[in-house]
Amino acid sequence: MTIALETQNLEKQFGGLRVTRDLSLKIEQGARHALIGPNGAGKTTVINQLTGVLKPNSGRILLEGQDITDLPVHKRVLRGLSRTFQINQLYPDLTPLETIGLAVSERLGHGGDWWRRMGTRSDVNGEIADLLTRFHLLDVMNEETVTLPYGKQRLLEIAVAIAAKPRVLLLDEPAAGVPESERHDILAVVGSLPRDVTVLLIEHDMDLVFSFADRISVLVSGALLTEGPPELVARDPQVKAVYLGEEAVNV
Amino acid sequence: MSASSDVGYHAQRKARWHFGEAAFWLIVLACGFLFPTRYLIMTDILRLALFAMSLDLILGYAGIVSLGHAAFFGVGAYAAGLLALHGIINEPVLALIVAGLAAMVLGFATSFLVIRGVDLTRLMVTLGIALLLEALAERFSNITGGTDGLQGIEMQPIFGEIPFDMFGKAGFFYSLAVLFVLFLFARRVVHSPFGLSLRAIKNNPLRAAAIGIPVNRRLIAIYTLAAFYAGIAGALFTQTTAIASLDVFAFERSADLMLVLVIGGTGYLYGGLVGAVIFRMLQEVFATITPQYWQFWIGLVLVVIVLVGRQRLHRWVLYVPNLIIKQVAGRKAVVAVPESDS
Repeated sequence: MTIALETQNLEKQFGGLRVTRDLSLKIEQGARHALIGPNGAGKTTVINQLTGVLKPNSGRILLEGQDITDLPVHKRVLRGLSRTFQINQLYPDLTPLETIGLAVSERLGHGGDWWRRMGTRSDVNGEIADLLTRFHLLDVMNEETVTLPYGKQRLLEIAVAIAAKPRVLLLDEPAAGVPESERHDILAVVGSLPRDVTVLLIEHDMDLVFSFADRISVLVSGALLTEGPPELVARDPQVKAVYLGEEAVNV
Repeated sequence: MSASSDVGYHAQRKARWHFGEAAFWLIVLACGFLFPTRYLIMTDILRLALFAMSLDLILGYAGIVSLGHAAFFGVGAYAAGLLALHGIINEPVLALIVAGLAAMVLGFATSFLVIRGVDLTRLMVTLGIALLLEALAERFSNITGGTDGLQGIEMQPIFGEIPFDMFGKAGFFYSLAVLFVLFLFARRVVHSPFGLSLRAIKNNPLRAAAIGIPVNRRLIAIYTLAAFYAGIAGALFTQTTAIASLDVFAFERSADLMLVLVIGGTGYLYGGLVGAVIFRMLQEVFATITPQYWQFWIGLVLVVIVLVGRQRLHRWVLYVPNLIIKQVAGRKAVVAVPESDS
């Protein structure tokens, strides 16, 4: 088996607070891996280190066997590691067409073109059209992002990450805050991601985790509590204790 | 139409020329023939417009605030002055480009300081650099002429053919041509993927990096280009007035520029041009009415603009025309506020 993404003894401290403790994760090629844990377990901090927003105090991060610990954010993206954000990080003034167009242009190496008009490359246009169609955004492609309903923004958030054609995709709570009526679209899109894309899902919603993941890691206070296939993790008494609260165990 | 060509069509929507734009430039050109006694003030407006367009490139597109843009204006101004004074380059267009390049070098060198900080740091760093240069220009008075400025600059004919006349006619059309060429260039750049990536960085630098945009490299590039534009504006100042003095670096010059963009709006290139016209007109009108207190009225106008909001002002201006259009042509024909200005 090949390992797509790996952390070795990752350690991150904010002042005296150890937010990530000696974390070693291995995510297999093509896996649907979920990282769960209670609020404040440090899940987003892990994501931020994986993507390069935060630098770990010690430990290594390997993408397909290559050390990426010291690479800046944009270089990791070009190497095939892409993410979505828990809270939408979009461009309020730009349209979905422009947003996705940028991501595609950057990946194909045309992002620095300063003389050629946007929209004059047929390869870029073709990919934009594909993504807009797949993510049900074709009808709103000229609307400013800030005016879109939340569900559409959420779809755009995922579409932008996919536009980078990642081999490893980090989904940070993709369904967070989406109203029930628009949820279905998001779940369908997440479920239909191609199998050769490795997915690491960070999620609170246990229904989504257990319907989607084939492997689960449980993070508590920055450290790995347990890891295994969903049915084992679900039966783990430690995990139950964490999710029901520590008092429940003591009683 | 297939989805792909549809996308291509819509992606170029903003890059296409609109009727209003052509009309704008025709009116500007017409002014050159309609007001032959007003060349000096009109040339002044053109220079300010170019200078403001330069700030718009970094402020309106990339979100970099600056209170020291006069640094590049000043370097361009002195460079053009020195080139002409010592007869190093006598042909104005060539000297203009060289002066712009000098400012560009400074822009590139200082861009590394500017991209590091957040807004407040950027304000201080840019302000500091301009003050520094002003002090240096004063200190090295053997080169710059100190507080007297460069004197005795004599401009040679443009392309060796067209002399600068005492009415400023040649200066006006020369400045207009430079402004228009640089406008076309800027227009091309902002509608490219590069230009779009700047808007993305301004909107959300975190996400910009997360889709693979090298944020710092892009900011350095646009800051350097903006410095070139400001340098050209400064060089035009020296070439059309035959003076270069310390006030080219003055803080007021940088601050006025912010006001121009507040009036005209940012992020659609015309903000600097429209703002420059309105700003100078206001200055003229108020100075005629109350020679001593014109700054009071300018200040009042600015406060009103900021409080009421430019968009709402636009809507008021368009209120009556829209009422009429609605009667004649129905709801859909209503003239909208320019969207890129929102």
